[in-house]
Amino acid sequence: MFGKLSLDAIPFSQPIPLVAAAVIGVLLLGVLAWITKKGHWPYLWHEWITSVDHKRIGVMYILLALVMLIRGFSDAILMRTQQAMAVNAPGYLPPEHYDQIFSAHGAIMIFFGAMPFVIGLMNFVVPLQLGVRDVAFPTLNSTSFWLTASGALLVNVSLVIGEFARTGWLPYAPLSEKVYSPGVGVDYYLWAIQISGIGTLMSGINLVTTILKVRAPGMSYLRMPMFCWTSLASNLLIVAAFPILTATLAMLTLDRYMGFHFFTNDAGGNPMLFVNLIWAWGHPEVYILVLPAFGVFSEVISTFSSKPLFGYRSMVAATLFITLVSFTVWLHHFFTMGAGANVNAAFGIATSIIAVGTGVKVYNWLFTMYGGKVRFTTPMLWSIAFMVTFVVGGMTGVLLAVPPADFMLHNSLFLVAHFHNVIIGGVLFGAFAGMTFWFPKAFGFRLHEGWGHVAFWLSLAGFLIVFTPMYWLGLEGMTRRLQHVNVAGWAPFLWIMLFGVGIMGLGVLAQIMQLLVSIRDRDQLRDETGDPWDGRSLEWATTSPPPSFNFAVLPDVRGEEAYWTIKQRAIEAQGLVEEPEYEPIEMPRNSATGVVTAFFASFTGFALIWEIWWLVGVGLLAAYGTFVWFAWRKEDEYEIPVEEVAAYDRERRKVRAAWLLREQGARAGEQPA
Amino acid sequence: MSGAAAQHRGGGQGGQGKGGDPYRLGHGGGHGHGEATGRGDGGPASKRITTGYGFWIFLLSDIIMFSGFFAAYAVLRGETAGGPGGAELFELPRVAIETGLLLLSSFTCGLGAVATERRNLAWTQIWLLVTGLLGFIFLVLEVQEFAQMIGEGAGPARSAFLSAFFALVGCHGLHVGVGILWCGTMMAQLWSRGFLPAIQRRLMCFNLFWHALDIIWVALFTIVYLMGAGR
Amino acid sequence: MNGRQDVLLGPTMIGDAFRSRLRRACAATVPLLLSGCVGTGVLNPHGPIAGQNRTILFNSLAIMLAIVVPTILATLVFAWWYRAGNDKATYRPEFTFSGRIELLVWSIPILTILFLGGVIWVGSHQLDPARPIESNQKALEVEVVSTDWKWLFIYPEQGIATVNRLVVPVGRPVHFRLTSSSVMNVFFVPQLVSQIYTMNGMATQLNMRADTPGRYYSTSAHYSGDGFSDMNFATDAVPAAQFEGWVAQARARGRLLDRPAYEKFAQQSQKVPPGFWGQVQPGLFDAVVRQEIKPAAGPQEGRGGPRVSPGDES
Repeated sequence: MFGKLSLDAIPFSQPIPLVAAAVIGVLLLGVLAWITKKGHWPYLWHEWITSVDHKRIGVMYILLALVMLIRGFSDAILMRTQQAMAVNAPGYLPPEHYDQIFSAHGAIMIFFGAMPFVIGLMNFVVPLQLGVRDVAFPTLNSTSFWLTASGALLVNVSLVIGEFARTGWLPYAPLSEKVYSPGVGVDYYLWAIQISGIGTLMSGINLVTTILKVRAPGMSYLRMPMFCWTSLASNLLIVAAFPILTATLAMLTLDRYMGFHFFTNDAGGNPMLFVNLIWAWGHPEVYILVLPAFGVFSEVISTFSSKPLFGYRSMVAATLFITLVSFTVWLHHFFTMGAGANVNAAFGIATSIIAVGTGVKVYNWLFTMYGGKVRFTTPMLWSIAFMVTFVVGGMTGVLLAVPPADFMLHNSLFLVAHFHNVIIGGVLFGAFAGMTFWFPKAFGFRLHEGWGHVAFWLSLAGFLIVFTPMYWLGLEGMTRRLQHVNVAGWAPFLWIMLFGVGIMGLGVLAQIMQLLVSIRDRDQLRDETGDPWDGRSLEWATTSPPPSFNFAVLPDVRGEEAYWTIKQRAIEAQGLVEEPEYEPIEMPRNSATGVVTAFFASFTGFALIWEIWWLVGVGLLAAYGTFVWFAWRKEDEYEIPVEEVAAYDRERRKVRAAWLLREQGARAGEQPA
Repeated sequence: MSGAAAQHRGGGQGGQGKGGDPYRLGHGGGHGHGEATGRGDGGPASKRITTGYGFWIFLLSDIIMFSGFFAAYAVLRGETAGGPGGAELFELPRVAIETGLLLLSSFTCGLGAVATERRNLAWTQIWLLVTGLLGFIFLVLEVQEFAQMIGEGAGPARSAFLSAFFALVGCHGLHVGVGILWCGTMMAQLWSRGFLPAIQRRLMCFNLFWHALDIIWVALFTIVYLMGAGR
Repeated sequence: MNGRQDVLLGPTMIGDAFRSRLRRACAATVPLLLSGCVGTGVLNPHGPIAGQNRTILFNSLAIMLAIVVPTILATLVFAWWYRAGNDKATYRPEFTFSGRIELLVWSIPILTILFLGGVIWVGSHQLDPARPIESNQKALEVEVVSTDWKWLFIYPEQGIATVNRLVVPVGRPVHFRLTSSSVMNVFFVPQLVSQIYTMNGMATQLNMRADTPGRYYSTSAHYSGDGFSDMNFATDAVPAAQFEGWVAQARARGRLLDRPAYEKFAQQSQKVPPGFWGQVQPGLFDAVVRQEIKPAAGPQEGRGGPRVSPGDES
């Protein structure tokens, strides 16, 4: 009836996950009770859960990412504490628990922290920047999100029911095979990643189609904002790389469930095949994450330097260059497998060639600031910190691409420090910059600058305090994933790192404070005009928050920096152009398809993990039923009447016109000569 | 400021003169056909174009997934672990019939598309039915082959070669199975709804899907069966 | 392995005193952390391979620092000088393209990478782990098997084997062949030699030479399961004469490692103290590589729950 599931599955012997889960459970129940008491369910259901609006979905992605980042960060605190305590001592986390923690930390941070964050940003921003009303496939978009959430749910269920993988964030065979990992941990990993991976793939298809086929009139390729370009590159990589992950994990699943021999030691299986396949996905994945962040930095640096992006075409070329080359470097993840000198050298050189693309980008950002008027707002601080730290991370990365250097540093803490340096300093800083930058667009008020600065400085300091010693420990020969260490000399560094994590924790608290204070002071922080930063691309042309249809009439794009051109023209003409002819707008209807499918996918995943076969059948059948139900629905669009569109836009124009007057007054005052 | 300029519409921009919502995504298929070049001149492409385009991208990603299985098969082809190899196992006559069935089904699927183009419900249904049936017979033959091999002790757990074989061919078979389910669902939908624009787009996607399965089968037939049986 | 064997190994080696002295030294110099007093690391090599690897590390670092440091400085200087409040800075919003600068920003990274590419190509070939070290002495053959969770070292020419203790003569090249009884591991002696994977069903190769007598921290660098953290061991580099003496002693007093003994040994166990065998069945290593000896088993079949590791007995 319940497959392998029994009461034994609950880890009563491990108090930490149980207590953590209990606290989370109580919090969750509290929130649900509050929602129920306040009667917010109908609102949540109609406006958010079933929403197919790309902006709402983007916000939900980022919300999921923030929650998961906190989960992953908790794991990090546990790991740092354990290692600091476990020098010639057992520490407080036994290996079978510690091993789950570092595996979960990596998997959660990449798949459920960083990925949803960048996908959320792309979802929210790309259609606005392209000047259109939604992504190409709105309902599919909702399904993608909820499948990602379903994967995240499964990973967190493993905290209380059963265990998570104890194999590292990439389940290297043969350790992940049934023989060496008989528990359900790897199965949780496989199904959670598989379900969310399908979501990611569909999201990639959706955004590629959107960027290539759904753009405002006149928005030719070389007029697209940089963020759209990097999003396009990132999503092309998703479409090309995620199927490899799907296939690889499917093979491992077949090995574990049906006794296949893809990666087993025996019967001709080849564990190195797993390593090759997983990195053929894994390396492009790095660029899937970091390219959108590059896009964010491009927008932020250009906006807050009050200058167009320097060398726009060069940037586009560099982005596409990185996209292509990222598929030719995967072997650098295992130079130490003894592939031979020629192979190692070729992949080493290919890897360092990628640095040309990133180098070009860094210089272009540099020259964007040159001759600009740099405003040190929170997003700009994140961006400058990124430029400094990422250059270091890139350098250590190229260092690891030199095979003889890698022979000494691979699998050491130097490597761990390197990829945290680029992922925190690159992706996460970019995500935070983007979040602060576009927050007013999403919610109509800015985030509090003071707390933003506090959060930034604490995070940066904590980051440096953690990862500088980590580089050093790597050079000292300390390898990764150690539950305890036997070299007393490493202890002081581990303590410093623990201290650094504490500082980063304060940074996290400051971010939460920033959010709370901003919500409290939202009236002072209100963005009346829709253009709080003196922006340059189309998302700033509409109100904050934008209406469901984004633009009353699609903008007509006449050059790079569409909105900036429009704005300058309005200033020159001393007024807005005449009122357009409004028309009714058809928008896609909200749909529960996504959330219902994901609901059944979660059950199917859980049933597969515990081998509850009847539930697998029920889940699949129900998912199919959901599709049929969706396919048969009669109305998939609704019309926004022309009066409503006109009323909205006239109000917006009034505010804009008033602002324009103020602005002209200010500019006139600025020219004393 | 801006806003206003943002609303100024270039008269010559494609499709906007028709008086419809320039954001033609919101309309059924057909609008703005051929005007949205994708280079940004004409604004958003029609729903028909975006749907087809998106589905093509999905198919490409699906082919990449298959290439993962092909790569695994290429690596593990020699790893028979003392078990039977392709030459002993593959029965080319059966595979030839399977190939014939699938190619024929692709043809009938195309005929179905022609009937759809002419809005001929009866023929569309008939050709869809024939396509589905051909696919079904293909699947029966494949399952038979699998059952026979497993019966001979040459199941997927026997060796890495057989694992890769069963996974690759089975993955294609699974796609055919899903295709048949889709085909049936489409028939039911056509029957109850007729040629709605949305249904036409789905039929177009189904066609693409079915032909893609054929392409994959050709690769599979060549690399696995023809090259395998000779060894 | 019993305690008596450990006693035998102990006195013939450079004792643990070295390590504890080091530990005291470290504790006394905590303020001087960055001077690198720990001494187990790759920056403090005691053999030609680790030494040359380090040289390449330094060279590559220097090449890159030459452009990275100016870039970082320029970032900070530009950001500060062009701050909005600085009236002395000229605002040039039209400065968005410059052919010369484009040429510069593409050529600087390309030239750097060309240069570095040369280092990579030459370095990869010179320091390929399989490449023998040139020497007038014949290399000592050592066969390495990583098991869950300890290291087995077979000296085929001497006919002895050790667990969790590698003893090599100073100044003489050592040629390793490595495999694994079960999952992947990485053999790593930070101060002496490159990392290399050990994998079941295949043999990798590695060449090493220790130039200074001493005890070196050695470890598995690739996570291999619950007992992984105890997969570190000491590598003792001893003078040739002492090495011969140690071999003779081991031969005289050790037991036989044959196939059944190996199969028992390869079962999962943790925190195995150093020990040795005085006699080894010939061809044992190749039997593991060719999988004539089956891959070692994992943990006993679990209940699906978390409690399936041998470390969980308590």
